[in-house]
Amino acid sequence: MSAFGLFTQLMQLFLTVLIAPLLMGWVNQCRSWLQNRKGAGIDQPYRKLGKLFKKDAVIAKNASPLFRGVPYVLFGSMCLAASIVPSLATDLSFSKAADAIALAGIFALARIAISLAAMDIGTAFGGMGARREMLVGFLAEPALLMVLFTASLISQSTSLTVIVETLAHRHVEIYPSMAFAGIAFLMVLLAENARIPVDNPASHLELTMIHEAMILEYSARHLALIEWASSIKLFAYVTIGIALFAPWGIAQSADWAGMAFALPILILKLLVAGFGLALIETVLAKQRIFRAPEFMGTAFLFGVLGMLVHFLLGA
Amino acid sequence: MNVQPIELIILAAVLWIVLGLVGLAAGKHVGFVRSIVFPLGAAAGLVVAASAYFSTGIETEISLLGLPDLPFHFRLDALSAFFLMILGLAVFGISSYSAGYFRNEKEHIGTICLEYHVFLAAMTFVILADDAFLFMVSWEAMALSSYFLVTTDHRIAEIRRAGFIYLLMAHLGAISLLLFFGSMGGNYSFDAMRGTHLSGMQATFAFLLALFGFGAKAGMLPLHVWLPEAHPAAPSPVSAMMSGVMLKTAVYGLIRVLFDLLHLQLWWWGVLILAIGLLTALFGAVFSAVQSDMKRLLAYSSVENIGIVFVGLGLSAIFRAYAMNSLAALALVATLYHCLNHAFFKSLLFLCTGSVLHATGERNLGKLGGLIHNMPWVAWTALIGSLAIAGLPPLNGFVSEWLLLQAFLFTPGLPHSYLNMMIPVAAAALVLTGAAAGYVMVKFYGIVFLGQPREEKLREAKSAGGWERAGLLWLSSGCILLGLFPFFVIDHLAGVTDFLLGSRLPSADWLFLAPISSERASYSPILFMIVTLFATVLVFLLVRRFYHGRVRRAMPWNCGYPVWNARMQDTSEGFGQPIRQIFDPFFRIGRELPSPFDTAPKYSAKSEDRIWLWLYLPFAGIAERLADFFGKIQQGRILVYLMYNFVTLIILLLIVQ
Repeated sequence: MSAFGLFTQLMQLFLTVLIAPLLMGWVNQCRSWLQNRKGAGIDQPYRKLGKLFKKDAVIAKNASPLFRGVPYVLFGSMCLAASIVPSLATDLSFSKAADAIALAGIFALARIAISLAAMDIGTAFGGMGARREMLVGFLAEPALLMVLFTASLISQSTSLTVIVETLAHRHVEIYPSMAFAGIAFLMVLLAENARIPVDNPASHLELTMIHEAMILEYSARHLALIEWASSIKLFAYVTIGIALFAPWGIAQSADWAGMAFALPILILKLLVAGFGLALIETVLAKQRIFRAPEFMGTAFLFGVLGMLVHFLLGA
Repeated sequence: MNVQPIELIILAAVLWIVLGLVGLAAGKHVGFVRSIVFPLGAAAGLVVAASAYFSTGIETEISLLGLPDLPFHFRLDALSAFFLMILGLAVFGISSYSAGYFRNEKEHIGTICLEYHVFLAAMTFVILADDAFLFMVSWEAMALSSYFLVTTDHRIAEIRRAGFIYLLMAHLGAISLLLFFGSMGGNYSFDAMRGTHLSGMQATFAFLLALFGFGAKAGMLPLHVWLPEAHPAAPSPVSAMMSGVMLKTAVYGLIRVLFDLLHLQLWWWGVLILAIGLLTALFGAVFSAVQSDMKRLLAYSSVENIGIVFVGLGLSAIFRAYAMNSLAALALVATLYHCLNHAFFKSLLFLCTGSVLHATGERNLGKLGGLIHNMPWVAWTALIGSLAIAGLPPLNGFVSEWLLLQAFLFTPGLPHSYLNMMIPVAAAALVLTGAAAGYVMVKFYGIVFLGQPREEKLREAKSAGGWERAGLLWLSSGCILLGLFPFFVIDHLAGVTDFLLGSRLPSADWLFLAPISSERASYSPILFMIVTLFATVLVFLLVRRFYHGRVRRAMPWNCGYPVWNARMQDTSEGFGQPIRQIFDPFFRIGRELPSPFDTAPKYSAKSEDRIWLWLYLPFAGIAERLADFFGKIQQGRILVYLMYNFVTLIILLLIVQ
């Protein structure tokens, strides 16, 4: 564990936590532009967080300590996720603590924690949201793992940093297995981050919501932490996508120049990815909830196909 | 004085039998049996675990007991020591819990105490047995004692039925095992079996018999039918013991046969075990998601976990058949680790359901809810168990899952190209089951402990007593420690893989778990925990420092609807509905739907196992017809029976001539 590794690690972590809401703001802003609206500006998420932190928390009478603890656990686990996904550099100290499988485990931990919290109050919406979230996760988690497995089979390692280093050294050409994995990953990203077509982050229509239904009872600082954690999750997912499918330019050696070079490239990639996400959300409509298993099942099968193609073609 | 670990273990098992007899004799004094006999049994469990942990090498012992010229052979080696460790550690928790749990069993405490302790001793001897004779005697003693435990409340017809199914399946398995021992070249001691070399056909035959016999005990598909019947019927500590430990004796037996007794290794044996394991796991996960009885749900979850264990075992057997011993060791370590984990979290959850049952009298998920407020001890320990069984880091379930997936990712090295392609598909199915386990656990925990109480009486539910808390605490801290310090277990398992495969995982350092190399994959639960905990606490403190901790309590937001009651929550059927919809062909669903004009509308959906219909009922029909036929011979008059004797004798004489 080198000192520089620890430094890049902490820097990446703080940077991720701080700029994650910005990505959310950028996606929302792009969507506004695409929909011919002016938008609230990309710093809107920060204003919202600040407002929420200042408010008094209103908690249901029968909430248990679990309900109050979950937002912090959620935030903590997302911090770990953000610190092990190589976004700026691959020389990360914590990356040895958790590999690709553990990353899926962190997301599962967060998902189960928030689902349990949603069931804690005992309202109709909480339970319904939890059930739907678990249904989406039930198929999304295996799909994510299949994508990560394909990448691990290529790089002969499940360590995220090794995967990224291997992939970054490959030629820029289309590998069939990674193409399948890419489609699967995109679908998982949309589903896991409660985006259209599986869920609608802007929806407050009770019958269709998933994520929003679960956090209906949260307010003030708890809600702020959950929102922040969600934006870190989106950021982590986008950076996993970048790391797996467009890893070029990431700092691989422990030096300042690489880092200085990597940061603008990362920002550029994030801007493009955010715009793409907004585009998808603009052109697609939300599916009926009953179609969600089909959507996720497709993602899972694409992931499995990617793995099979890797064995068939060896690429 | 120099006492061997094996002697200590045998002594502890004998002590269990003595304790059982003492309990039977003192059956009138419930307090004495509860607070003296059961805790002593728990302490003996700890002795077993400790002696097994510290045993090295192979120790054998020949007892004076047994038939003439057929003394009992005992043997303690690395494999049996590991399973005895599982037994001892689980017994310590479950027996402590039982000391509190059986407080209401005024009538039966004596017999329960005897059956329970004989059950423990029988399981110990099954694992220690070094000859077929002792093995079968203990195996039967184990089956019978557990049968009597299952039918503790034998006045209820449903429980008698469950007990019958269990006994039937146990004996089908036992017959198969008897035939297996018979097919091992006519030797009765395990040592002699190790020396026999069977031909391919014979070995395959023996293997299939063993797989059937042990599979019936473990709950492998399609022999799993007794689990969801027997577990809900039995008192909770017994369910915990059966699910947590007894199923493992079957796994132990299969490992013993596959890796130790049979010389030959064919690759397709491993594939068969793997395929059955996958089906079992998927089936168990899907079925547990739709259950509405909490103990049935856990029973199906046991089926799922046994499936996962079989998957690991099958993978290990495949690797071993191709002489890839280091990978076989990795898969075997994952399998054994999962056995240990399952003993902890499944026992814990069954005990939690026992406390819930005692406090509320309800097993039906539809009538529970909100117990976290009244039963915080049970609820928080159950939370640990649920998260562990869902395979979440940094708890113990994740470690074995992680190791198993690592083993799967190495399959490209196999020389068989078709297997190479099929095995990743198996990994995909395994991951799917893991995710389903998460779904099931959210359902289980959320519906039992969270939300509003679905019945008024739940508001008066009392938390568990001191003994019960001790048991729950022991098992839940086991889940945490096994998750955080996998190094110690894996280090210990090196002895087992050395013994069975002649290969071991590279010794890890205590911080990082890296089964092959740290380049390839590494996982550090402690670091994981520290980073997450540090971030969590830091955020908590920062929020408090810069903002405030003010809280107002209010009614929950119900979207403007003024009435709010417990019936508005999601039910257990509702929670399982999506899974039922996706896996529709798995089930035979009986629905009772209300018509729009019903004044008191009733809705019920019952999901049944198709295997009953397809496999068991036809057999039951044939058996019944045969019995009818033979029933005609049975006249009940001595004269007729004497006639039979006479006729038989005449015929025999004719043949002999």
